[in-house]
Order: sequence, then C-alpha cells, then structure tokens
Amino acid sequence: MITRFLWQGMDRNLRLFVLLILAVGISLPLANLILAATNPAHVPSWVLQLVGKYLCYALLALAVDLVWGFCGILSLGHGAFFALGGYCMGMYLMRQIGSRGVYGNPILPDFMVFLNYKELPWFWHGFNHFWFAAIMVVLVPSVLAFALGWFAFRSRVTGVYLSIITQAMTFALMLAFFRNDMGLGGNNGLTDFKDILGYSVQADGTRAALFFASSVALALGLIISAAVVGSRFGKALTAVRDAESRMRFLGYRVEGFKLFVFVLSAAMAGVAGALYVPQIGIINPGEFAPGNSIEAVLWVAVGGRGTLIGPIIGAVLVNFGKTWLTGALPEVWLFALGALFIVVTLLLPKGIVGLWGQMKSRSQSRKARAPA
Amino acid sequence: MNAPTMRSTSALLYLSGVTVSFDGFKALNNLSLLIEPGEMRAIIGPNGAGKTTMMDVITGKTRPDTGEVVFDGQADLTKLDEASIATLGIGRKFQKPTVFENHTVRDNLLLALAGMRSWYRLLTAAPTKAENERLEEILSIIRMGPQQHMLGARLSHGQKQWLEIGMLLAQNPKLMLVDEPVAGMTDVETETTAQVLREVNKSHSVVVVEHDMSFVRALGVKVTVLHEGSTLAEGSLDQVSADPRVVEVYLGR
Ligand SMILES: Nc1ncnc2c1ncn2[C@@H]1O[C@H](COP(=O)(O)OP(=O)(O)O)[C@@H](O)[C@H]1O
Ligand SMILES: [Mg+2]
Repeated sequence: MITRFLWQGMDRNLRLFVLLILAVGISLPLANLILAATNPAHVPSWVLQLVGKYLCYALLALAVDLVWGFCGILSLGHGAFFALGGYCMGMYLMRQIGSRGVYGNPILPDFMVFLNYKELPWFWHGFNHFWFAAIMVVLVPSVLAFALGWFAFRSRVTGVYLSIITQAMTFALMLAFFRNDMGLGGNNGLTDFKDILGYSVQADGTRAALFFASSVALALGLIISAAVVGSRFGKALTAVRDAESRMRFLGYRVEGFKLFVFVLSAAMAGVAGALYVPQIGIINPGEFAPGNSIEAVLWVAVGGRGTLIGPIIGAVLVNFGKTWLTGALPEVWLFALGALFIVVTLLLPKGIVGLWGQMKSRSQSRKARAPA
Repeated sequence: MNAPTMRSTSALLYLSGVTVSFDGFKALNNLSLLIEPGEMRAIIGPNGAGKTTMMDVITGKTRPDTGEVVFDGQADLTKLDEASIATLGIGRKFQKPTVFENHTVRDNLLLALAGMRSWYRLLTAAPTKAENERLEEILSIIRMGPQQHMLGARLSHGQKQWLEIGMLLAQNPKLMLVDEPVAGMTDVETETTAQVLREVNKSHSVVVVEHDMSFVRALGVKVTVLHEGSTLAEGSLDQVSADPRVVEVYLGR
C-alpha cells in the first residue's frame, strides 16, 4: 500500500527527474573518488561540497513549495525548520568529538567547558546516539510547525499575517540561539566536528557518502511530495489554495489539510538542514536569519511555484549564480538578487518551468494552426 | 397572501408568516410557501421582490423577525446556523459561479461529491467504482461529459453555471436552491439549463429563482410570484400571467 501511495503521483517526467538526481548522486562522488586528479572528468572535493549544499537547498525549496505552491501558505520562516534540523545534527556531531576537544572533556563540548558548565544540559542527553539525533531532526521542526500551525490555522490566520508570524518565529529563534545561556554555542554555533557514525567528516569517502545521502533525501522528498500532491488529498489541497471558503462550504475541515502539509514540509526542511551541517562543517544562529527564509521563497519563485521540479531547478540555479557572483563581483550579489526578484514577479509569474510550459503550448498551438 | 391554513407534515419545506425587515423596510412581509417532496418550484418576481432574501432565510444566512421555517417536517431552520442547515440537506447555488479554476470539471465534481472529507483518508483513497459511476451520471445530467477534462478556468459562463449545478448535485442535498441560473446566458444555453434542471428534478427537490420568462416557461412547473416580500399569485405560468395583479406588477407602475 505504501508503494502504491508513493507511486501514485509519479508521471514519466518525474521518474526521469528522480533518476537524474540519483545519477548525479552516484556519478559525482565516483568521479571524485575514483578518477585521478589529472583526469579532466575528475570532480574536485570543493565542487562536491558545493553541489552537496545545493542538493540540501533544493530539498528546502521543495518543502517551501509544498506549502506555498500547493497550499497557498507563504511561509517566510522555513529557514528556521532547516536550522533546527541542522542543530539537531550538530548536537550529535558535537557529542562525537568526545575527549578530542581542546579542553579534552569527555562529555562536555568545548564551549560548555569555556562557559563553566558543570554538567550536560538536559536537552543534550540522547544526542550521543545517531538514531536519537535522526529522530529529533524530523521531530523538532515538526512539533514547532504543528504548534504554530495549530493555532494559526484554527484561528484562520492567512495571507500576509501568516507570513509575518512565520518570519517573526525565525527571527525570535535567531535571537534566542545567539544567547550563550541557551546552551547551544551562542553566536559561534556548533563546529569543529570530527566523526559521523565513526567516519571522519573530513574524509573524501565520508563526503561522497553524505553527497549521495543528500541526493537520496532529495529524490525521496520529491517522490513523497508527488504522492501527496497527486492524491485526492492533493486535489483538495490546491482547491484550498484557490478557494478556501468554497472548500469549507463543501464541508471540508480545511485546518487538517493545512496542518498536515505544514508539518510534512517542516520535517523535510529539517532533514535538509541535517544533511547540510556535516557537509558545511558548522551550524550557527545566522542560519535563522530572516533573509535566508526569504531567499528560499525566491528560489521557488524563480524555478516555478506550484510545480515539483521548479523549486529544485530554482534552488540550484540561483545558488549557482550566487556562488559565481559572490566570487566574481561580491558587491553585485544583493542587487542581482533584488533584480531577479523583480524580473520573476513581473515577467515569469510561473517561473522557469512555467516558461518552458508556455513555449511548449505555444509551439503546439502553432502546429495545430498549421495546415495539415 | 394565501397562507396555508393547515400545517402539512408531508411538506419538504414550509414557510409561514415570515417577515424580515432591514431598518424598518420589510424585505419579506408575512411570506408563506410550501414545497412538496420531489417538487420543482419556480419563484419569479421583479427586482427587489425579496427572492434572494427568502433564500437567505432558508439557508440560515438571515434570521427572520417572525415566522416559521420548517424543513422536512421537523427541523426549525430559524434556530440553526448555515453549516448545520447545509448538513441537513439544503444545498444552494449562488448567483455568481465559483468553480475551482485549476481543477478539471471532473475533479470539481469529485471534490464536491458527498462523503469523503477526512484529509488522512484522502491521502490514499482512489475514487471508488460507485463514485466514478456517480460522476458519470452527473456529467451526463449536466451535459459536460465531453468537457470533463477541461480546466474550470477555461469554461464559458454557461458551462460554469452547469458545473455549479453539477457540484450541487454531487453533494446530494434533499433540497436544491438555485438562484438566477440563467443570468447572462444565451438563449440556447438558457434552454439547455431548463433541460438540465428538469433532469435534476427527477431525483431532487428544487427551488429556482429566476426572472427570465422563457426559461420559466421551459421549466414547465408551478410558479410562485413574489412581490414586495409576499406571495402575489401561485399556479401554472399561464394561470399567473393571466392574473391582472401580476400583469400590473410586471408591466404597470
Ligand atoms: N442586507 C440588506 N440590508 C438592507 N436591505 C436589504 C438587504 N438585503 C436585501 N435588502 C433589500 O431587500 C429587498 C429585497 O432584496 P432581494 O431579496 O435581494 O430581492 P430579489 O432577489 O428579489 O431581487 C431589496 O429592496 C433590497 O434592497
Ligand atoms: Mg436576487
């Protein structure tokens, strides 16, 4: 039944796209590990790290699109779910350092020793187990999303007000995580990781595995999203997006639909953050910055809101552009981002994927008009 | 003003002495109306006669100042809110059609289909055989089988109205209230709408509000003429159009 559920939303294009993601997930790490550095097809480690980061961003974008594109909830706080997933993974990685820290304390991470902690805060317990951290990566963002969504959707907070609430949430979390007495490393965050599951996070093999894991997570996220969107639930969901009161009038309890996608989406964002942190090697409160959440919305807008492939394309392209521009012309990036936002809003309401669809239907109607 | 003298328990809908005033102006004035199960009734009357207000009272949108509104011989509609009245089995089509623009005709009907509403069951449920058969049935009643895969946004005004009627039918109410279904339609579309409603009436009780006379003639059912908030005449279209008071209301003044 699970497999039938998972395959119900997959059309041919999506299957090809999933295969493409997995092909990238396998071939890039192999080209990094096996090919000699002199081989022109060799993929350097820094490229692997960069593209691995893009894969995590793509999963975050997909999560944003699930709520915004398919349910009309413009979340400006998904960066918070991403960061929370990242912190959960970071806490596991911190506890793997053990006595190899600068202060050599077998239990307490360096920053706690530095701040004169005598014992581990209660919420750090359990994070020495990978399975526990893995559950928390999904659970913590989900619970926060559930709590927020429960109150917001029941009291029928929609539109701009909901966006403001989500933005306020990520801002509040950023301020909280900046505090040293939160017990999460203050403004330095969590870093200096050593091992994951017993393998060095610096090792090429580990990086390759993390890259592959990110591609699998993205592919799975895409399959799950497609299943949800392609189900009868998905039809109801887009109907809620387009005419919420009409759906209530038809007897649907709209809150349940919204809450489910919001929590699912937060969980996906959490997983993305958890895969991001070991590849980047640090998580700090800056990840909660309101601008991060807004950027994620922009990726979706560029790629194509309300499509499944669009957010992935958008996240990869915009971040590629960002990497390139911040390297070549660092002062231009923010202006480019602003300009991109204006261009997309004015000229590409359906993003890149929408543009492609427009061109296809135009050429089809041209063909239809041509005499046979 | 011929109020029913005896309360009929067999009536599907029973209005008696209903008065609604807005700032002293009586939109409904001691209105009485009786709809039998299985009946289709056309309500006509000049603009401002109180037709829409009457629908508002029946659906719980407006509370009457005085009067009785009883559904199915038992439910006192003046005490219930809109949602409970809808669940009792009174469906309403508003004047302005609102279909789901990004869904196909068939999906619009599927969403409206009575029954499946819980989000977790909808995640895995495929449309059942019974549901698909019902969809086919409705599609053929509203004559939109060939357009079933067209998006709501691409439908003409008339097609949207038929889809709305279909969506109402899909909810399977005991009584359907249809407000001005042919406003803005061409003559051909108007004729088709009358046929659609006659077909709908085979399985449902219907109250239609309309002032298009050719449409009411095509429906061929009992007509109630509303004027200044109360019943002016009742009977077949020929009977009421022969009534001098009706002629005066429509042509005089
Ligand atoms: N909410 C309201 N407030 C004040 N007056 C109203 C309201 N609704 C309807 N009316 C008045 O009641 C009268 C009957 O309106 P309505 O039922 O819409 O007539 P019809 O549908 O027959 O054209 C009209 O004169 C209208 O102006
Ligand atoms: Mg009216």
